[in-house]
Order: sequence, then C-alpha cells, then structure tokens
Amino acid sequence: MMKFFSQSSEKGDLVLIALFAVAVFTMPIWLAPFGANYPDLMQRFAIFGIFATGFNILFGLTGYLSFGHAAFLGVGSYTAVWTFKLLGMNPIPAVIASVVVAGVFALVIGFISLRRSGIYFSILTLAFAQMCYNLAYSVLTPITNGETGLRVLHEDPRIFDDKTVETTGPLISQIFGYQMQGMTGFYFCGILLVITVFIAMRIFRSPFGMMLKAVKTNQNRLNYTGVNTRPYTLAAFVISGMYAGLAGALMCIIDPLAGAERMQWTASGEVVLMTILGGVGTIIGPIIGAGLIKYFENIFSAFNDQTLANIYSFLPDGLSEVLVSVTSLFVGEGWHLSLGILFMLIVIFLPGGVTEGLSRIGKLIARRTGKAQKNENEGGRRSSPMPGE
Amino acid sequence: MGGFKSKIDRRTLLKGTAAMGAAAFASPYFFTKGASAYVNEPTGSSVTFGFNVPQTGAYADEGADELRAYQLAVEHLNGEGDGGLLNTFSSKELKGSGVLGKKVEFTTGDTQTKSDAARASAKRMIEKDGAIMITGGSSSGVAIAVQSLCQEAGVIFMAGLTHSNDTTGKDRRRNGFRHFFNTEMSGAALGPVMEANYGNDRKAYHLTADYTWGWSQEGSIKKYSEAIGWETVNAVRTPLGAGDFSQYITPVLNSGADVLILNHYGKDMVNSLTQAVQFGLRDKQVNGKNFEIVVPLYSRLMAQGAGENVKGIFGSTNWHWSLQDEGSQAFVKSFGAKYGFPPSQAAHTCYVQALLYADAAQRAGSFNPCAIVEALEGFEFDGMGNGPTLYRADDHQCFKKVLVVKGNENPTSQFDLLEVVQEVPAEKVTYDPTGDEFAGDLGACNAG
Amino acid sequence: MDAILLQVLNGLDKGAAYALIALGLTLIFGTLGVVNFAHGALFMLGAFCAVTINRALTLEKVALSETQTTAWGTPLEIRTPYAQEWFGDFGLTIIDYSVPLSILIAIPFMLLVGIAMERGLVRFFYKRPHAEQILVTFGLAIVLQEIVKAIYGANPIQQDAPSIVQGAADIGALFGDPGALVYPWWRIVYLIFSGVVIAAVFAFLQFTTFGMVVRAGMADRETVGLLGINIDRRFTIVFGIAAVVAGLAGVMYTPILPPDYHIGMDFLVLSFVVVVVGGMGSLPGAVAAGFLLGVLQSFASMTAVRDILSKVGIVGLDQIIIYLVAIVVLLVRPRGLMGRKGVME
Repeated sequence: MMKFFSQSSEKGDLVLIALFAVAVFTMPIWLAPFGANYPDLMQRFAIFGIFATGFNILFGLTGYLSFGHAAFLGVGSYTAVWTFKLLGMNPIPAVIASVVVAGVFALVIGFISLRRSGIYFSILTLAFAQMCYNLAYSVLTPITNGETGLRVLHEDPRIFDDKTVETTGPLISQIFGYQMQGMTGFYFCGILLVITVFIAMRIFRSPFGMMLKAVKTNQNRLNYTGVNTRPYTLAAFVISGMYAGLAGALMCIIDPLAGAERMQWTASGEVVLMTILGGVGTIIGPIIGAGLIKYFENIFSAFNDQTLANIYSFLPDGLSEVLVSVTSLFVGEGWHLSLGILFMLIVIFLPGGVTEGLSRIGKLIARRTGKAQKNENEGGRRSSPMPGE
Repeated sequence: MGGFKSKIDRRTLLKGTAAMGAAAFASPYFFTKGASAYVNEPTGSSVTFGFNVPQTGAYADEGADELRAYQLAVEHLNGEGDGGLLNTFSSKELKGSGVLGKKVEFTTGDTQTKSDAARASAKRMIEKDGAIMITGGSSSGVAIAVQSLCQEAGVIFMAGLTHSNDTTGKDRRRNGFRHFFNTEMSGAALGPVMEANYGNDRKAYHLTADYTWGWSQEGSIKKYSEAIGWETVNAVRTPLGAGDFSQYITPVLNSGADVLILNHYGKDMVNSLTQAVQFGLRDKQVNGKNFEIVVPLYSRLMAQGAGENVKGIFGSTNWHWSLQDEGSQAFVKSFGAKYGFPPSQAAHTCYVQALLYADAAQRAGSFNPCAIVEALEGFEFDGMGNGPTLYRADDHQCFKKVLVVKGNENPTSQFDLLEVVQEVPAEKVTYDPTGDEFAGDLGACNAG
Repeated sequence: MDAILLQVLNGLDKGAAYALIALGLTLIFGTLGVVNFAHGALFMLGAFCAVTINRALTLEKVALSETQTTAWGTPLEIRTPYAQEWFGDFGLTIIDYSVPLSILIAIPFMLLVGIAMERGLVRFFYKRPHAEQILVTFGLAIVLQEIVKAIYGANPIQQDAPSIVQGAADIGALFGDPGALVYPWWRIVYLIFSGVVIAAVFAFLQFTTFGMVVRAGMADRETVGLLGINIDRRFTIVFGIAAVVAGLAGVMYTPILPPDYHIGMDFLVLSFVVVVVGGMGSLPGAVAAGFLLGVLQSFASMTAVRDILSKVGIVGLDQIIIYLVAIVVLLVRPRGLMGRKGVME
C-alpha cells in the first residue's frame, strides 16, 4: 500500500480522497471507543478540520504565519447569521455569502499585510484580527450583538422562509427538509470537509502550489528571477481566508449563533497550534491536529473526580484515591495542563507533528515487512501522509 | 500491496464509500424521538444533571465553587451528608432518596466563559451523557447562549451566576430559569441606600465595562441614581480586560464628580477598584463632600482579590454567608463542614437551582421539561436563604430579598469581607416584566 | 493641561511595563533568534515571586479558639503571623515591605529559571523553525501557568505597596497648585524603577566586555564564534538576564495589578506588538515603542479626544489604538521603528 501513498498522480489523489471520505463518514463507528462519536464533537472535528486545512494552504505552502485567521472565521460566522436573518434558514446562501465576504476581507487584509514578511506579517494580521475582535465585542454591537452573540430571531425578515408553516419552535438551518443538526449536520460538514480537502490537495499538487512552495523555500531567488510573488501569496491568503469563512459559516449552520470570542487572538493561535501539532505542509496533518485539540477541549475537560473514581474503581481503595488525585491534575479543570504538555512533547520528539510520528511508524512497519522503499520526502517530511500508513 | 491500487476502479470505490456511508447512517442516532416522550428521558435507575461551569479562565475559582455546591446538592438529593437546605426548604417533597426514585448522577464541563465553548460543552452533556438539565455558568453572555441552546434542544436550563437583565428580559426562554438577581434589582436596592448615606446632591461618574452586562448595569444605576436627584457627569466605556485603568481613572479626578460608580465585574472590578483607590480618590474632598466609590455588583471571591480596597464600599449581592436565617446557616454549615470555608454567592445560587429543579421534578412527577416548567412557574418557596421567594411565571425570574453590602471595615477572618447593610425586601425590587427594557417572549416549552 | 500631563504620566507608566517586557523579548530574539512565547509566563512567575514571599512572610500561627466557633461549627482559628510573633513590630515592617523585598529573591530565582529554560529546552530549538519555537514555548507557558493556577487558584491576589508609598502624591502642590495634579506614589516608584532597570541593561551591554561580546554576537554570531569566543555560554546568561528583567517587571507591577495566573498571557500579545513596532532585534526600538504605545493608548482614551472623535463618527478608538498604530508604523517603516534588515523577515 505504500506505493500509491507516495504517488502524486491524479488517480492516486482520487484514491486517497476516497479513503479519506470513508474515514470521515465512518467516524461515528471508529470514534466510539474514544467516546467522541457524538454529533456535536464530530461536527467540530469537520469544521476545524476545514479551518486548519485552509490555514495550512497559507502557512504550509508559503510559510507566511498568520496570527489573525480567526478574524475570517468570525466574519464568516456573522455573515452566515445575517444571511439567515435576512434570507432564511437555508445553509447554501449562508455558505456562499460567508465564503465571499470572508474572501473580500482576506483580500483587503492580505493586500496590506503581505507587504511585509516574517514576523512583521504575523503582527499585522494579529493587529487586524484583534481590532475586529475588540470592535465586535463593543462598539459594533448593533451588528454583532456583542457579548451575547448574534442569533436568529423569529421576528427577523427571513424573506425566503415559509413563515406560514412555522411554529414558535427553534430556528434550525435546513435544506430540503433535512435539519442541519445532529448526524445530518455532521454529514453536511463532513461532505464539505472532503470537498475542501480535495481542493486543497489539488492546490498542493498544482503549478500554483509549486510556486507557493517556491516562495517558502526562497522568496528572494524568485524575486531575482523576475517573478512577482505577491499575487501568488495573496491568492493563497484569500483562499485560506475563504476556508476560514466556510468554517465560520458551518459553525453557524449547525448552531445559529455567532460570538465575538471566535475572533480573539487565542482562537487564531489555536489554528496555528492545530496545524503545527498535526504536521505543517501535510494534507492530513492539520485535520489530525484539529481533532486532537478539540478532543482535549471537549473530552478531557469533562472528567471529574467522580468519573475518575469509576475508572479506577477496580483498584484497591487507597491506590485508586491516589490515582484519582494525581490524574485529576491533568483532566477536568486541569485539561490545559495536558494540552501544554502535549504541545511540548510533540514538538520536542516529533518536530513534524503527529503525521511525522505516523510516517515513522509506517516506515518501521515497511522495514519490518522487508518492503522498505525509497521515500520521496522533502526535508524529512512526507508530502501527504494519510492515516493507516 | 502494490497491486491493490490497480484493482480499484472508480466505480467499486464509489460503491464502497456509499456502503460505508449507509452503515454510518445506521449507527446510533442521538435524538431518538420515537422511543421516549422527551429528550434524554431517564430510563434506568439514575438521572443525569449537567453542571456546566467555567473551569479555565478568569472565573475558574467561581466555577470551582459552583461545582463544589453542585456536588453537595447531589449528595443531599441522594440522602448523603446532613441534608443541607432540604431540611429548611418549604417544599417537603424531596426525601433524600434521589429524584422520583432515581439516583442523581452528574456530568461536568468547562464553559471557558465563552459562548461557543459553553454551548459545545452543553451539547456534549445532552448528546453524549444524556443530561436531563443543564445548570451553571458565571457570565451573562454564556447564560443567554446556553439558555437558548437548551430551549432548542428541549432540556431545562437553570442559570447560575448571571446578572444581566436580558437573561430573563428580552432573551428569556420558556425552558430557562434564573434564581440570581439582575442589574435592575441592584439599582432598585442600592438607590435608597445611596440616598441615605450620600444624600441627594451628588455627581456620579460611571466607568462601565464595554459589553452587554456593563451597559445594563450602567443603565439601571443611572435610572435609580437620577431618581434620587443625582446628576450623571459622565459615563465612560472601558474595554473588557483593560488591566490598567489609569487612563480612565485620571479624568475622574478633575471632573467635578464626587461619586465613582464602577460597573465592572471580576478581574476588571478588582483592577479598577484597586487603581482608583491608589489614585487617592477615596481621600479626596469634592464639592465639600467625601469622594465615594460604589461597586454595584459585589462578589466575595473577587473582593478577596481587591483586599483592603473594598473597605466601606457599597454594593449589592445575591446572598452572603453571614446571613443569620435558618436556611443560610444550614447551607453554610454543610458547605463549611465539607470544604472548610464558607460558600460564595455563586455556590449558593447554583446549589439552590439544583434543588429547585429536583423539587419541581418531584412535584411534577416527571422529568419532562414541560411538566417542570409548569411546576416552577409561579412557584413560591422559602427557607433557601433569601426569604420568601417567587419564581415569576411571566419571565422565569426569582423575586426575593436583595442584599446591600459594604466592604467590612474590621474583618474577623479572610472570608469576612462583606458586611450586610440592608436586606431589601422583594416587593421593593419587583418590576414590570413587560416594561421596555424587559419585554421578551418566553415562547413555548420544548421537550425535544 | 493637567489632564494632558496626567495622561502623559499614565502613558509612561504603561509604557514602562510594556518596555520592560519587550526589552527581554528583544534580547532573546536578537541574541538567540528565538521567538519566546513563554516570556509572558516569566513576567507572571516574577509576580508570583512577590506573592510567594508575601505568603511566606505572613505565614500564620493557627491557634484554635476555645470559645468561638465558625458559622459551620468548627472552632474559630486565631491567626497571627509568625513574623509578628517573633519580631514584633519589626516583623510587621518586613511584611509591609514584602514587594520590594521580593526583588532580592526574584533576581536569583528568575536568573535560575531563565538559565534552566535555556539549557533545558530552548537551546534545542535554535536551529528549528520559528513555528516550532512558538509551539514549544507556548506549551511551556501553558504548563507554567497551570502549575501556578493549581497552587494559587485563578483569582487575582492583592499585593500591597509599602505603606509609605501607598496613596497618591500631590505633585501639584510642588508647583503651588495643590490637588491639581495627583499621582499614585507607587506608580512613580515603578516608573523610576523601570528607568533604572532599562539603564542598567543598556549600560551592561554597552560598557562591559561581556556586553560587547553579546552585542557582537547579536550582529554576527558566526564571526564571533569563529574568533574562538564561546558565545553560547554568554547567550545562556543573556537569557537569564531577560528572564530577570521580565520577572522584576512582574514583581513591581503587583501592587498596580493584582496578579493572577493568566497575567502573563494578557501581556504577551501586547509585548509582541511592542517588540515588532520597535523593530526586531533593536533594544532602543523596543523601549521607544513601549513608551510610544503607552502614551498613545492613554491619549486615545481621554474624554476630550473621545468627544472630538465621536463627532466625526469614530468611536471605540481607544479599544484598538495599539493595533492601529502597529499597522501604520509597519506600513510606513517596514522594519518597525528601528529594526534591522533581514531579522525575522
């Protein structure tokens, strides 16, 4: 199986994406042992997978480290809720509008920020995002509804919704009668995840993607050869902004509420961490990273002394008490600590992120089975490791 | 292995994917409406409550105290411990044998004081852990966000610490209930006390946290301070989490104002109060009067962070452990015995909310949210530490005594920071639920 | 006029805090080329040095009262600080001065922390991409602050300035106009202290041989290495110094801002903005940018300024002024105020 993973042919890509689709759509089955197979968390896996994939198009390919991507997520969210409010609860216009508006925002911010590179670029994007956040939280409250968050209300115009059949019940985004909630919502996000990953894959393989990689490797050389790199990096920036907008829209489609915290620098930092954690510049890495962080946030934080005591109940009393008190430092209210330790361990021992770990295991197995092959990796990193490798 | 690739053509692949997809669709579905009458109907011998509190971020200590209170409530409901407020509660339906014969279990989660995280956590409790109700929280943004989620999902939300009018005002929901008081009640309670202590001829300067709760607080205090003849010199909005407030405090010095009102909560309150005192505001004489500071919403946990600086400063609070009524003493006793220190107001409101929910279920004979709504609406009770209390049917807001407190000049212990100046009776703080600032639509109850 | 003077003072004070943190960050950038996201955590550790010293000094002897009980039925604890019991009034004076005294402990402690961090973790990341430096130091910052949270809780902890510098100084009285210009004593102390620390760091780098080598290393590490000078060991010490500067800033800031475990993160982003506006690798730039942003932030929140701005339809400028200035500076001056070419671009 090793062979076609290292292929970069069109057909190989189709196989990869098909396998990926299978992995995504069977999440309810294989996530069950981890206790993560409930719709809300799987929706989040898919949404943040899209967000991180988009971020990786910019960071992984061009090396430009944006610290303000959460702004596009937030803009996408607000746009989606506004389309719900004005046009109705259909997710399709919301997705389109969010992607477009986030793209326009990204174009403006990218146009200005990309005049600088390195850390100067990072700080410019950070400054824009923080401005968006601060304003959305306070003076832009008429548009964003501030701290409370923007929601869809029954008295909103929603011109395309059939108001005659409506009850006073909750307003849920729906298309063809399918409500974007629970598993349906997850499959909707999952389908978009597969599509966007496929697009990202094509970008990675395309001449455009090669040009972006060249920017990362040595921008000066490109400039000396007379290539103007700005349009390429700007395109990458806008595309990744649109991905973020899409992710923001999906967050509102499964749950029609947009809050300003989505734009805070910590949220921008989170997507950076997801990408590095999973493996920068790989297709699957950012998605794994996103999954890991969301898993920690939702599952580790939910452990309390009671659940821990149940886990250790098979042990003698004294021992289980000791274990409960030790473990409780790392879960529940201490889940941040586990996350911090995880960051450090991964980056110290697996510089390429989780995907590097997977590819090392893959190599080990390949060596064991005596079928070790030459890897076409660049700088020690595989271009597109997939799970199960 | 290499041969595997060539054997796959697109069609078989698609078929495979489709089959897998179908399998996934058939996998456990979470909102199984058909089988039960309402979401997460408990079928076994236990029932699960969802405790959604901030465990990280600025309100983590408050969240930890809420969680302690919930654990205590669960113990008492299940008949462990000394029974706490069950002994003083006017409704005697709960016997310490669980609720409706089911043992109470719980699941916990971290709101991070962010609407998104709080909703994600609440969704996990509903979808994965089968929580029948959600309770907790330490900010109004989170409370409103989780309340509307619970309305949509069809479970009951018993709000924790949330002080904004909107929670039971324009964002009220049929499935949501609040025991805590709000900015309107703070204003109504503080007005007469400020008049009695500081007179009618005062010039007030507001520093207001620039978000919904801050505005709500500023509006209420303005309304009641202007009613007693005070003039509002200026109201300045400060960014949330500003840290250093010096640039907002210095303009107060020469503004001609003689009262500073800090519409801040949590860390902002600690910082702005500490710094205002450092700038010598309290030693100042303006217009021939002593300069005064008022902090409309107090919390003992946060007052600890401000240390000496709270001495003599007026504010309001929902409950305080030094109250001498039977209910408060019973609660302080069982909380103190278990944890070694007195409970905070956040702990109290959360504990009471858990008990009120359990009692409503017991009285209704069902965990069906609609039955519980019916049992709680218009429910009158006593013995919970706040005197006679009404859960008003119009907006699901509790009406009870509001405490006006003052920073204790001579604390006898590290917990003895606030001194209760006045217990303002419920009728003094009752308002019209259809008034302009409060009008909202409860909607219908949702059982999922 | 008074209002403007006051805001200048506020701005300088704020700027002093930014400048101290940014100074350390820039030292580490400039010498080691490391993006240290744990620098805010060093500030936080410094602040908690002060808290710890205060706790240690106020360790109390707990005696159980025989007659009184608490509201929950256990005997009332009567607490007297050991310092008071042993030394009487002198003990109370020591407690009163706990914040300045903490400096004595904070210097060696932070130096050790800095050196341990550099030797134990950061040195393995010199040649690694900045993204990985960010991830590992960010992870470290989270771990450090979670440890502090586990010990001290999440609430801010009040620290008092010594009683002689509590309250406000009537500066106006010096100019014959009492009450016109008052400013808290401790903030004045803080401002002077920051000036001293900044001057000391500059003098150290400017006038000592050690400093000269470090500066040479900042300019061209390779050549200095070729000259046979062990630059690595010096850089370790530089890291320690940066940690001390951040820690001292933390210690002295506690009476102004009651510290909590998250205080470092709150300062982290701002200090990065300051460093970048000042120009990567430029120490004077970092200091200048710190003061500039501090003063501008103060002015933007002045009532008069806000009134004028709101007339032309601009509201909320004080919320975003720092970021706005950062953007403008970076667009006008590509490498910040005093940045060098080719550093971190």
